[in-house]
Amino acid sequence: MANNSNTATARSFLQVASTEEVAPPLRVVQIEGLVILKIIKHCKEFSPALVTGQLLGLDVGSILEVTNCFPFPIREEDEEIEADGANYQLEMMRCLREVNVDNNTVGWYQSTLLGSFQTVELIETFMNYQENIRRCVCIIYDPSRSNQGVLALKALKLSDAFMELYRSNNFTGEKLREKNLSWVDIFEEIPIKVSNSALISAFMTELEADSPITQCDYDRLQLSTNPFMERNVEFLIECMDELSMEQQKFQFYYRNLSRQQAQQQAWLQKRRSENMARKAAGEEPLPEEDPSNPIFKPIPEPSRLDSFLITNQISNFCNQINGVSGQSFSRLYLMKALQES
Amino acid sequence: MAASEHTVLQLSPTSSSSTLSAKVHPLVIFNICDCYVRRPDQAERVIGTLLGSVLSDGTVDIRNSYAVPHNEFSDQVALDIDYHHNMLLSHQKVNPKEVIVGWYSTGLGVTGGSALIHEFYSREVPNPIHLTVDTGFRNGGGTIKAYVSVNLSLGDRQLAAQFQEIPVDLRMVEAERVGFDILKTPMVDKIPSDLEGMEASMQRLLALIDDVYKYVDDVVEGRAAADSSVGRFISETVASLPKLSPSAFDKLVNDSLQDHLLLLYLSSITRTQLSLAEKLNTAAQIL
Repeated sequence: MANNSNTATARSFLQVASTEEVAPPLRVVQIEGLVILKIIKHCKEFSPALVTGQLLGLDVGSILEVTNCFPFPIREEDEEIEADGANYQLEMMRCLREVNVDNNTVGWYQSTLLGSFQTVELIETFMNYQENIRRCVCIIYDPSRSNQGVLALKALKLSDAFMELYRSNNFTGEKLREKNLSWVDIFEEIPIKVSNSALISAFMTELEADSPITQCDYDRLQLSTNPFMERNVEFLIECMDELSMEQQKFQFYYRNLSRQQAQQQAWLQKRRSENMARKAAGEEPLPEEDPSNPIFKPIPEPSRLDSFLITNQISNFCNQINGVSGQSFSRLYLMKALQES
Repeated sequence: MAASEHTVLQLSPTSSSSTLSAKVHPLVIFNICDCYVRRPDQAERVIGTLLGSVLSDGTVDIRNSYAVPHNEFSDQVALDIDYHHNMLLSHQKVNPKEVIVGWYSTGLGVTGGSALIHEFYSREVPNPIHLTVDTGFRNGGGTIKAYVSVNLSLGDRQLAAQFQEIPVDLRMVEAERVGFDILKTPMVDKIPSDLEGMEASMQRLLALIDDVYKYVDDVVEGRAAADSSVGRFISETVASLPKLSPSAFDKLVNDSLQDHLLLLYLSSITRTQLSLAEKLNTAAQIL
């Protein structure tokens, strides 16, 4: 009897799941303070190595709740160990379920160095996750930035238009123009909300240190930002080099394309004059196209994905530099005022 | 089984338990609270394993934790040992440096079943720590206490174990880094941006400076009693500002400003280039 009702509810769940196709768009990622602390602990402990972990939670309407997470061991390029990793993941999920933690995967988190996370790998991981979970986010944490008193957390997802394009693996200029997709539209940043259970908020209020100034303030008022800026600019220059390489690829492509077109024109001209001569002689004209000729083979257009990603990266670095210099200005003026007073 | 403190029996403190202390990271508290909120219906408390390391000076650094399902009937405790071992293996895959240092339980103080669980953990690690977190706020505050077990013996005979309280040091630095404002309130709509955080810090700094001014004025005018140690701190702080001639200082500030302005200019020009390239690209394709 109980079994019966169980299957009935299961079926109705399935039905509900299948009927509810149009999901509201994801607007907010709601993270628990616990998850933030866990992510920070994991990323900090292994910094500067980059680490990842799984996010668990619930998908409620337009809000994605992240209620727990667990770290992945550092990956190694070995098949046996990889299988081990999958086992680890299952085991961890099973264990967490036993203590009533939500065991729905909603995405993953990863650490980054100075915000250099826009890579093809990230997109591939995204596509892998997206296959299984309709809604997933990636939370990016930057330990190097947190040393300046900034909570550098970001929730990202791929835009739908980009995913469609990526699936068909078609990154030619024409397609991109058709979809009206530019490099800004690859990632969508989702606003983050932080929530804490009442119990935790009570504990934190109870335990809050009395000192009026916190570590965070010390970090923020640190005057030296030079190392950080230097690294940023270095990365920026690297990106520029990569971008110019990509540009060269395109120039090469366009040069080849125009050369091919010229060749085609010349061939056509020749064919036509030949046909005229044949017509005058009363013979059948030859066809105006010759698929066997190598000059009619289309040259594959290089993918624009890489240059898009690099552009994204560059604009990211620019933003960071802008942000940090803005902060430095206020710091400098503060110092000036202090010295004068 | 926590024996009363008034006893004629001889206590034999194990190793250096008198100097032992525990450092608790905020993540552990968060984890325990979360597990408590998610405990099964009939359970009154949650217990779990504490992970961390023992520092060179004997302090126990508690950095992580996980809950272990258990059942309690009257005076019997059944711990899911398989679960405990599985979870331990999983955690050690990620961070092999974190080992078992003890166990935790919610509730105020030590209860009867605690001795049994403590005995189990003693087999896993020598001299485990027992952390209790009062999630019920029974005496009006979230009390966090740590204990070690001390053997009570009469001659060669083990009589009982006594839980001895040890000092707990809450390491709130990580929480401070994140910001109490975020961790304290039940709901924060938005993570503060760089400049907002900066503003808050400056306001706090200003408030502090005002406080110092007020204190000094009060002392000078005889309204408050002078405290030489506070005075020393203030003079130290003032002395820590480097003495620079105004012109040298101006040069320093201006140089710095110019450096940043240059960077700002460079990054803006890069961005302009990018958007220009973008426009050109699409225009070229249309032609």
